[in-house]
This record gives sequence, structure tokens and C-alpha cells, in this order.
Amino acid sequence: MSALLTNLCEKGIVSEMLVKLWNNGVLQLGIWETIYMTVLSAFFAYLIGLPLGMILAVTDEGGIRPVRWLNSLLGVIINFFRSIPCIILMVAMIPVARLIVHTSLGNGAVIVTLIIAAAPYVARMVESSIKEVNAGIIEAAQAMGCTNAQIVLHVLLPEAKPSLIQGAVISTVTIFGYTALAATLGGTGLGQIAIIYGHQRSNGDITWLCVVLMVVIVQLIQLVGTFIARRTDKRIK
Amino acid sequence: MIELKHLSKTYESSAGRVEALKDINLTISDGEIFGVIGLSGAGKSTLVRCINLLERPTEGEVWIDGQELTALSRSELLRVRRGIGMIFQGFNLLEQRNVLDNVAFPLEIEGMKKAQAREKAKELLALVGLSERERAYPAQLSGGQKQRVAIARALATNPKYLLCDEATSALDPNTTRSILELLRQINEEMGVTIIIITHEMKVIDQICDRVAVIDHSCIAEEGRVADVFTSPQSEIAKELILPQDRKALAAQTDGGRRLRIIFDGQKSRRPVISDLVLECQAPVNILFADTKDFEGTVYGHMILELPHDKRQEEKIIAWLKNSGVTWKEEV
Repeated sequence: MSALLTNLCEKGIVSEMLVKLWNNGVLQLGIWETIYMTVLSAFFAYLIGLPLGMILAVTDEGGIRPVRWLNSLLGVIINFFRSIPCIILMVAMIPVARLIVHTSLGNGAVIVTLIIAAAPYVARMVESSIKEVNAGIIEAAQAMGCTNAQIVLHVLLPEAKPSLIQGAVISTVTIFGYTALAATLGGTGLGQIAIIYGHQRSNGDITWLCVVLMVVIVQLIQLVGTFIARRTDKRIK
Repeated sequence: MIELKHLSKTYESSAGRVEALKDINLTISDGEIFGVIGLSGAGKSTLVRCINLLERPTEGEVWIDGQELTALSRSELLRVRRGIGMIFQGFNLLEQRNVLDNVAFPLEIEGMKKAQAREKAKELLALVGLSERERAYPAQLSGGQKQRVAIARALATNPKYLLCDEATSALDPNTTRSILELLRQINEEMGVTIIIITHEMKVIDQICDRVAVIDHSCIAEEGRVADVFTSPQSEIAKELILPQDRKALAAQTDGGRRLRIIFDGQKSRRPVISDLVLECQAPVNILFADTKDFEGTVYGHMILELPHDKRQEEKIIAWLKNSGVTWKEEV
């Protein structure tokens, strides 16, 4: 790989900077950092967003346990966060990050702000997946004498699983997009490489390489996610 | 025994008040198959949902085996519901569980061990004739098979009552017949009291012992199926039971006098029409006939148009009056 890059560089196809980045392992580290920031943020965003989305669906007027005030309150809070452009929200959440990870710099802080930005989005995705569950199935469970907790655990979650996985794929790709914005907050990864080495030092080939790498990563997420969703969905004959 | 007392259900919406049920009084005895028939929107689905309180009535009481359901706490109500099975028009199976686990589901909910629940589920699948499909998922089954799974699931907790909400409305006539046959078998062999909601007269006809006709949120008529069938009193019952003959009558405007002969189970062994024609030596035109063999005797109606000839007409009337046949003038 290294020899190939040197060869391409001698022919003037790629810049010296790119070769240096590869040989120093900066590019490889960037790929890894982007992936782990995405996965970690998505995981915690779901830890918060999944219960929130479930509460939204359950307490809704047509849900199994309507609680109007709770539903409205959560709705307002989530819409508040959702209406702030992601980059502004991330900047605004730096103090919160400092509280939690005791630093406002680096990937730790970036992940905290990413989670806060993504959790409300995830909550809405989960809510819509849960609401897709056939009302008749819920009614059948109620007729059997299921408690609401049993309906949530044994009916809503398993029945919505394929849709939840599809939603997780979309959310993960969105969070992946957010990680590039994190470069402006001192986060690292492919986004930072594209901006600092590609844009600011006018190496177009580095920018394009980052673009290609990001496209490949998104395609992989999409492919694996869709595969899992299809494998778990028993509605397909 | 299920008793509904002065049951009313009113929905308040932005579009205004909707009275889905008005002062419903019904008693359903243990061991019978009770039918509720009505046109769509008449309130029959709301009625069946009031029995297990999926819909809470606005007024009135629901008594099941001496317990008044609307007065129960939530946990007590959930326990009562476990003793009442329910099946639906849309089957409502868990689509991400296979057939066996669908049937085992209500048992797991009750806290039974998974292995034990599956054993019981296997017995029930054998009962409904679906043992070979236990590993299949609902999406791989036909409508009739799905309803059989739903029936097995509803019976898993050994309920005393089974509520059927338009359970055969999504099925073709042959499948409907076999599902009804299964329900009758369950009623006879397991002693399960069955309440059937339907808009199809043939469902009532095939398996119900008693029927209530519901119209515009009220019970218009109630009684033994044979009685309601042979002499429907209410307009709605007449419409549901005799839909074709009205059309036939509208089409026939020959002007002859029309009589309705009623077969009420007593004169069924006798060839009434042949006797009439042979003895009176007068032709009659059969405009409409709908007779059914019911528990070994024949019930039904036949509408005859008499000849224009006055003498023949009088002869026929005189014969009918002496014959003991139930008949009346049809207008």
C-alpha cells in the first residue's frame, strides 16, 4: 500500500501530504476514530433515546397508557433539541460535556455532545417504529390479560424489531454525519483530516479520499443493517 | 353466565357525541353459542369489547359469573380477562413469533415455564389440526390457518368463554364453514361458551343457538335462532334474514295475489306445495323460497303467487285454511 502510494506520488497523481499521512498512520487512525465515535455515540444515544421513544409511543393518546402531560412535556423538550441546528447544539452543549467528562476538548467531549444531539432524533425514530405495530395485535394482548409492561416487553419491542433496526441504521448514518462536524470542536477523525489537511492546506486529493472512505463506511453500515433487519423479520415469506 | 345490564357507550369527539350502544340488556347462559348480528356500524364490535372491558361502558354493568367487571381493580380485571378468550377478524397473531410460540404466548404471560407452555401449545395445535405447521410464521399461513392458530391461542388458558369478533368475515365460504365447525366442536367437547359477532346470517344459521339482532346501537330482537329465522319481528331482522326475496318481489309485478308460506318445523315432512297443487288443481308460481334443515326439521319461507282466476284463488285459500299450514298475506 505504502509503495503503491509512493509510486502514485512520483507520477504526480497524489500529493506528498497524502503519502505522509498514510505512512504516519494518521489516515488509518482517522478511520478508526470516526468509526468508534459513531458506534459509541449511537450506543449511548439509543440508551437514552429508546426508553424516551417508548414512553412517547406508550403515553400518546392512542397508546396503551395515555398520559397527556408527560407526552406533551417530552414532546416539547425533544422538539426543542431537534429544532437547533446540530453544530450550534454541539457548541452549546460543551459546558455539559465539561460536567460529564471534565474536559471541553477532544473526542470524549465530542461524544457527549454527539449523544445529546442524537438522542432526541433517536427517540423520534423509535416512537415511529413502535407506533407501526398493528393495533389489533396490541388489542389481542390486552384481551389476554397482559399488563402494560408485558405488552411493552413481549409485544411492542419484538414486533417492532425489524423497523427498529432499520431506524438504527438511519440514525447511525446520521450520527456518522455529525462526527464530521465534531472537527470544529476539536474532535478528530476523517472529518478533521478532510478539513485540516485537505481543505485548509489545499490538497484536493485528501478531501476526495476522505469522501470515498466515508461513502464506503456508510455503505457498509447500510448493508450490514439491512441484512440484519431482513434476517430478523419473520413477516417475509 | 354473562349478563349485560343497561349497558351504554357514548364516544365524545370533536365531531360530537356518538352513541355506540344504548341500554343493552343481554343474558348469555353457560354452554351456549350466542350470536350477535347487525350491519356495520350498528355497535356490535363495541358490544363484544364491553364484555371483557377492552371498551369501558359509559353506563351499565357487566356481570360475569357473579362478578361485576366495571367495579374490579385493574389486576383483578386482567385475571378475569385470562378466562375469556378472544379471536378477531384480522387474526392479530404476533408476526415475529412462530405458530407454536404464538399459542404458548398467553401461557408465558401467566408465568408458565417456556418448555411447559410449548407442550400445552402442541396439544392445542393438534386440536385445531395444525401440528405440522408449528415452526411456520404467520406470514406463511393462509387466512383459515391463521384463524386456527388464533383459536388455539385463545383456548390456551382454558377459558370458559370465547369471544369471536367477525372471526370469519375475512375468510372464503369454505374456510368459514370449517372454522365454524371447529368452533362448534370446541363448544360441544370443551363446554366453552361462545359469543359470535357477525354481519353474516349464514354464520348465525350454521352454529348459533340464540341470536340478538342489533340495529342503531339497540337490540332490536333476541331469541332462539329458529324463532327469529322463521318469524323475524323487527324491520332489521327481516332485512338481514330475507334480503333476496324483497328484490325478487320488486322484480315480479305480475299482479297475482301473493302468500307467504312459513315452515316452522312442524309441517316439514309433508310435501305441502305438491298437495296444494294436486288437490286444488291450480297452478302456483313460486316467487321465492328459502328453507333450511335445522336440527332435523325444516324452517323457512316460500312466497307463492296465486293464479289470476278468482275461483282457483279462493280454492287455494280455503285449502290452506284447512291444511294447518302457517301462511300469511304478503304485501
